[in-house]
Amino acid sequence: MEGNLNMVGYGLAAIGPGVGIGLIFAAYINGVARQPEARGVLQGIAILGFALAEALAIIGIGLAFVL
Amino acid sequence: MHQVSAVQAAEGAEFNAPGPGDFEFPPIFGEGTFFTKPMLVIVLGTLVIGAFFYLASRRATLVPAKVQYMGEGVYGFVRNGIVADAIGHEGRKFVPLLTTMFCFIAVLNLAGIVPPLQLPATSKIAIPLFLALISWVVFNAVGIRRHGFVGYFKAMMFPPGLPKPIYVLLAPLELFSTVIIRPITLTLRLTLNMFAGHLVLLVTILGGEYLLVEKGGVLAVVSVVPFAFSIVLTFFEAFVQVLQAYVFVLLSALYIAGALADEH
Repeated sequence: MEGNLNMVGYGLAAIGPGVGIGLIFAAYINGVARQPEARGVLQGIAILGFALAEALAIIGIGLAFVL
Repeated sequence: MHQVSAVQAAEGAEFNAPGPGDFEFPPIFGEGTFFTKPMLVIVLGTLVIGAFFYLASRRATLVPAKVQYMGEGVYGFVRNGIVADAIGHEGRKFVPLLTTMFCFIAVLNLAGIVPPLQLPATSKIAIPLFLALISWVVFNAVGIRRHGFVGYFKAMMFPPGLPKPIYVLLAPLELFSTVIIRPITLTLRLTLNMFAGHLVLLVTILGGEYLLVEKGGVLAVVSVVPFAFSIVLTFFEAFVQVLQAYVFVLLSALYIAGALADEH
């Protein structure tokens, strides 16, 4: 079986950010469900949290190619 | 579209999977000059942004016409949506810098899906690196000017109201995180998002083309799947590209706000 161990490493590394982003947006949906007026305020925070959690997965795929 | 793949297709060879090598570009005019395809994208992007804002502000009226309305829309988005929430009323002097960064990153990202160019210039690490360095210099300089050199690092590393032993752990971590990690993650987040997105588009489009041209027969019919996927992914890429520009500017604004914040 051919392949690259880098990609297996990336696949494992993407578990954490996947769970994290799911939690972030679960909190956002809950917040908007409880108080729909807060949607605008919460959206900025949700996008910020998404970008911070996603950064680790993105660094993973970058290093999978580079190293 | 992609030179190597066309040659391979003519010889009926195997699928040449795209990789980081697809982001190397030769100079366009003569050897040894710096004018490569990413440089072309940057020059065109700068001209487009400059022309857009010039046209938007020329003969500005109180009740805006079309181009002025769009220009004010972009400026208002950065000023009200990002800077006002993050920094507050002190942020007005940072709005031009952040608007420029937002437009520059968004246009360079979107060049990845515009047909003649199809290269997100921000996927080459130099551009996000220097944008992140600009952001780093700005938020550190603002903090040092507000609190003084020692005061800035003291406010960063020793936030008040914590039990004493925690500072042993917290101070070096905060220093490392603020001064070293922040520009690195700003750079890598932007450039690798664009790199990964462009790579995924290359895989689907070149894979579809390989199935259609190379294999023929049944596999040529199956090639509809990667092509359809590439259309979906192009729209998704457009969303991610604008989102990454927004996130870069939002984080820069938050870092500036953190540097300006008065704890006492």
